[in-house]
Order: sequence, then structure tokens, then C-alpha cells
Amino acid sequence: MEANVFQIIWFAVWGVLWGVYFMLDGFVLGTGFMSGFLAKNDTERRVLINTVGPVWDGNEVWLVTAGGVTFAAFPTTYALMFSNLYTALLLLLFSLIVRGVAFEFRGKMDSAGWKSGWDMALTVSSFLPALLFGVAFGNIFKGIPMRNDFATANFAYDGSLLTLLNPYGLLTGVLFVMLFAVHGSLYAAIKTTGELSDRAGQMAARLWLPLLVVAVAFLGYSYPATKLYSNYISTPVLIFLPLVAVVSLLLVKVFTSKGRLHMAFLFSCLTITFVCFTGVAGLFPNLIPSSLDPLSNLTIYNSSSSLYTLKLMAGVAVVFVPIVICYKIWVYRIFRGRVSNEDVLGNHEAY
Amino acid sequence: MDALMLSRLQFAVTGMFHFIFVPLTLGLSIMIAWMETRYVATGDEMWLRMTKFWGKLFLINFALGVVTGITMEFQFGMNWAEYSRYVGDIFGAPLAIEATVAFFMESVFIGLWIFGWDKVSKKVHLLSIWLVAIATNLSALWILLANGWMQNPVGYVIRNNRAEMVDFTALITNPYGLIKFGHQIVSGYTVAAFFVMGIAAWHLLRKNEVDFFKRSFRQAALFGLVSAILVAGIGDMHAVEIAKVQPAKFAAMESIWETQKNAGMNLILLPDEKRECNAIERLCVPNMVSMLAFHDSTAEVKGLKDFPKDERPPVLPVFLSFRLMVGLGTYFILASALAVLLSFRKNLEDNRMFLTVLLFSLPLPYIANQLGWLVAEVGRQPWIVYGVLKTAAAVSKSVSTLQVAISLAGFTILYGALGVIDIYLLGKYARKGPDNDLSGIINVQGRG
Repeated sequence: MEANVFQIIWFAVWGVLWGVYFMLDGFVLGTGFMSGFLAKNDTERRVLINTVGPVWDGNEVWLVTAGGVTFAAFPTTYALMFSNLYTALLLLLFSLIVRGVAFEFRGKMDSAGWKSGWDMALTVSSFLPALLFGVAFGNIFKGIPMRNDFATANFAYDGSLLTLLNPYGLLTGVLFVMLFAVHGSLYAAIKTTGELSDRAGQMAARLWLPLLVVAVAFLGYSYPATKLYSNYISTPVLIFLPLVAVVSLLLVKVFTSKGRLHMAFLFSCLTITFVCFTGVAGLFPNLIPSSLDPLSNLTIYNSSSSLYTLKLMAGVAVVFVPIVICYKIWVYRIFRGRVSNEDVLGNHEAY
Repeated sequence: MDALMLSRLQFAVTGMFHFIFVPLTLGLSIMIAWMETRYVATGDEMWLRMTKFWGKLFLINFALGVVTGITMEFQFGMNWAEYSRYVGDIFGAPLAIEATVAFFMESVFIGLWIFGWDKVSKKVHLLSIWLVAIATNLSALWILLANGWMQNPVGYVIRNNRAEMVDFTALITNPYGLIKFGHQIVSGYTVAAFFVMGIAAWHLLRKNEVDFFKRSFRQAALFGLVSAILVAGIGDMHAVEIAKVQPAKFAAMESIWETQKNAGMNLILLPDEKRECNAIERLCVPNMVSMLAFHDSTAEVKGLKDFPKDERPPVLPVFLSFRLMVGLGTYFILASALAVLLSFRKNLEDNRMFLTVLLFSLPLPYIANQLGWLVAEVGRQPWIVYGVLKTAAAVSKSVSTLQVAISLAGFTILYGALGVIDIYLLGKYARKGPDNDLSGIINVQGRG
């Protein structure tokens, strides 16, 4: 019984980590792949990169932590998720590597070809993770073709990269791309000045309707394609999760129209986290379902660590996560100002 | 080649590439934090220019260390799924703790340090680089405790078809992991010291910014001497620990075939694995290996023949890596001692011969670090977790040979390109020398 409590706690933490990661890296990825549409010249590009400069690395650590927590709390899920989705994760890794060095290297040479090369790299390496995370989570919601025998520790996977590129997976991929595009544009709007800021705000307004269409399609298609709805039917109180997501998405539009972009960005944060929570709560108690056989589902019960490890890690999290959140908020406050053209032109430390 | 061999090769390639950047980060972060401390304490702008110049090189190096680190975490699941499932209960914990306790701190405060020059007071800015330095070293602690567990597994039981943690205290007080941590961080400091001395030597040879580079050189020489002595001292403790818990690895390091008391060390030696003996043995120092292993000249040292053939590591690479590493370590002590002596003389810049030698010594500590990891990891074979799980049983079953071949090729191309660019940029900014332009921090002067 006690074991179940800790398994449920770690399931919740797992979901929260992914939600926070998508919210935080979502605007870095979004700003990254939208930068070509938002910025009109090299200075504006630099402004955009410098809006995420102080925070992108810290945001990416939420992914490392989500991975680390999956490893420590649900090792069997970690093992099968990462090995079964091998090629997709490889592309994700390559993208994250290129994106990280693009920030650092772009400004290190004064050549137009060098800079436009890194601009291209930044666009692609920001777009691909958005798409791949969506495709991966779409497939996780749907279930992947695996046969697992937990008693004998025999695990088989019958899929490839192409298996993941099914219509539902791709739709979820497009949903993530659209969410991050709006999110990144709003972030760019509230973190820059003048024409660049105006342009970014208009972009967010223009992308909202396509995002809504994709989101509605996703909610509708999830019914036949996944079993996500069953938890909401059996436990109706959970409906507040998708409700917050939907209301937030509508409020993004309301506040964007009114020009109150800080509020719009805040609700975009809520939209992304609650879309993630909606999916994860629909999975419970599965972490990754099997599309072949319910007995092969990876659940919090058959893939978790021992109670000892779960308790220990809970202790670590209770002590350190609040500290992390405090200093993260502090640093975000230090960099709360907007970045202007003059800022990057007069500062040699800037990217 | 099968998926197992390719996965091993991929882990070696990605791990060794990652480890080009990590040791410098470990040491240079501390040196820069020290320089900025001196600046804040004295107000001397030379220290500030040093902080900025070496800081720029630090960041170019740091970026690749960060991004190649994610690969290491992902790879356990991607290529070593059987391992991850079998030991995740105990091995996952230090990795998750590393991310929570160290990695967040490092990445948040490096952002503050890079972009915060005109946003926070001098003292807060200084605090941020110290937090980066502490976090980087703390990160190494958790990673080496994880690796220490693979070398000397403690605090677990085999239950439910896997290794489950029963004693976290044993994991974090594992002497193997702690000694390895000590040995590693001071090895990183040695890399940083020789990096700074090498670049300073290049400029001094050209009489470029002489005061600036003499001061940098002296700091690095002192840091290097202390570190190099500690590398050897802790290395000696490490050898004793290895002899105790991994006798097969120790026997391979010294290429000892027959179990013997009063084991001597042949200064010239060539192992012959096929014939299970040494093809050449010359210049024997009596009792030396027994002394090294147990600090007792009569102690019995186990020979490789005491282990079944399929439980011995490859002898030649382990032996050669170890010998070369020890030789380099000795050189670092001598070179940095001489550097300290000369750096207190007035005319360091006229000692062209010595400066040239130090310039070309820049890559040597990097090589010694890689050799050390070869001894550690190749010497542990055929085990992935010593005595518990063999490497061959740890590889992912659902990943095909073709998939790993493609990913290995991809990593090789991507890392190759990034490595070339990074070294080019390091060279470019190292040659350029310090900036006189202190923009971005002008505003802070009044706020101190």
C-alpha cells in the first residue's frame, strides 16, 4: 500500500517535470524556429537569441531531470522508452546538441556566411525537437507496439521510426509545434522592443486560430486513437485538467487581442503545462501503454524502483526542488527586462 | 561487428569526446572564480581582464561539455537498456541527484554570470561564478559515485530480477567512488593549469601583454603544482583500492601474470597475451608493485592467471595506458615545479626554451585524462558492473546493428565537425589576447 502511494507520487512528479520542461523549453524552441520569421536583420536575430541566452541552459536541465527521474523512479520504463524510440531520440539528441552550440558559436565570428549557417542550424534544431517530442508523446498516448513479460524480464519491440509517423503521432507533433510557435512568439513579444516586439505579437495573434484548429482536432482524434478518455469517464473530477488547458488557450486569444501580452504569455504557459497534464493523467497508471496487449503496458506498478529508492528520491526532491525553484525565479527576475537593439550592439558579452 | 561492439565503440567515442571538455571546465571554473575574487577584493582591472579573457575561452569549451553530456545520460537507456533496467534502482539515483542538485545550479548561474555583468552587483556576480565552479565539481562527485558503484558495487541486493538499493549511505561513502572523484577533479585542475600556462607561454614568446600573461602564468603554475602532486598522491590511494577490490584490473595495469609475493616492477615491459606472459622484462625495481598495491614490500599480488580467461580485461591497452598516464603525471609535477620557480623570476619571458616546452605540453594533461579513463573502463571489462553484470548482457535487445551503425556514424560526423569548430574558436580567441574594451560592465562600477 505504501509502495503504491510513492509510485503515484513519482508518477505525478514525472508528469509535472515534463509539463514544466515543455513550458520552459517551449518558448526557447519556439523563439528559435520562429526567429527567421520574426527577425528582419542580424541585430534583431541577436536580440532574439539574447532574450533566451541567460535561461536556455537552465530550462534544458528540466529535460535532463525528467530523464534522470524516469531512470531512478521507473528504470524499466526508462530502459524501454529510450531503446524502443532509439532513432527518434537520436534525432532529438543531435538537435539539442546543435541548438546549444548554435547559441554559443553564432556570434563568435564576424562573417555573414557563418552567421546564416548557424541561423539555419538554430531553426532546424529548434523545430525538430518540438515536432519529435509531439510525435513521441502522441505515440506514448496511443501506445507503442511492444510485448513485455515482466516475470521473466523479456521485452520485445516491433516498431521503427516509421511506426511512429502515424497520423495521430504526426497530429500531436503538429500540435506541439503550433503550441511552441505561439508560445515563442509571445515570449519574443514581451522580451523585445519596438517593431520586433510588434511583429512577434502579431505573429502570435495570427497563429492562434490554426493552433485552435489543431487542438480541437487533437482532442477529437484522441477519442478513437487512444484510451486517454477512459480515466476522465471513470473519474470526472479530472476534467478540470483539460478544462484549464482549454480556458487558458481561449484566454491567450483574449489577451493577445487586447494587447496584454504578458497575460497572454502566462496563459500560454498554463495551456502547455495543462495539455501535458491532460495527456499524462489520461495515461495513469500507465507510463507507456502497449498497442498490442494491455498486459505489456509499462505501468507505475510493474516498472518502478523499490520503495527504498522511491522514498530516498522523494526526500532528495523535497529538499532540493524548492531551492532550485527559488533561485530560478530569482534569476528570471534579474533578467525580467526587455532586450533592445542597443543592448546587444553595445555589449560584447552578449551572444 | 554486432550491435554490442558498435554500442561499446559508440559509448567510448561519445564518452571520450565529452571528456575533452569536462576536465578543463572543472579546473578553469575555479581559476576564473579566483581571478574575479581578486578583482573584487583589490579593484585591480588586470584581474578583471584576466577574468574576461580566460572566461571567454571557458565558455567556448563549456558549451560543448554541456551538450555532449546529455548524450551520456540518454545513451544508458538507448544502447544499454538491459543494464538500465537491471541496475536503475541504484544507479539512476545518483544521476537524478546530479541533475537536481548540481546541474540546475551550474546552468542557471552560468547564465547569470555571462549575462549579468551589468545587472547585478560585483559581489553577486562573483558569487555566481563560484556557484558554477562548485556545481561543476559537485556534478563530478555524483557521476563518479555512479561510476564508482559500477567499479565496486555496494549497498544493493539482487532481488526481483535486478539490483535493488538497500543502503544509500554505502553508495555515497563508497571509497572507490570518493577516491576516484578526488583523483579526477585534481586531474581536471591540472588540465586547466597547463591550458593557461600553454596559452600564456604562446603570448610571452611574442612579448605580448607581458604583465597580463606573466600573472596568469604564475597563478596557473602554482595551481598546477599543487594539483599535479595531489593527482599522484590520490592516484596512489586509488591504486591501493583497485588492488583490493579489482585485482584483475590491477594485474592488467602492471601486467602481472603469476601470483607472487615481493612483486617487482619492470621498468621496461611488454605483455604477450597469447602466451600469458611478458615478452620483455627489463630493469626490475624489486618489491615495487607490492609496495604500490598494499604499501607492503612483501605483500602478495594476484596474477592474471588466477582469473578465468573470460574474466580478464585486455592486458596490453590497460597496461600501456596506465604506464603512460603515470609517466605523464610525473612529468606534470616536474614541469609545474619548474614553472613555479621560473615564474617568480623577473625574466620569465626570456626563457624561450622552457616556454616552448610548456606550449607544447598543453595537450598532455588531456591525454593523461583520457588514458586514465581507458584504464578505468577497459580495465573493468568484461564486466559493466564489476562481478555483477557482464557488458555483453547489458546491451539493448530491441536496437539493431544497423541503427547503432547509423548513430555511431552520425555521432562521429557531428562530433568531429563540432570538435574542429570548437578548437578553431579556442585557438582564435586564445591568440587574439585580452580585450581592452570592458563594455557590458561599465555600469556596474558605481554599484560595486
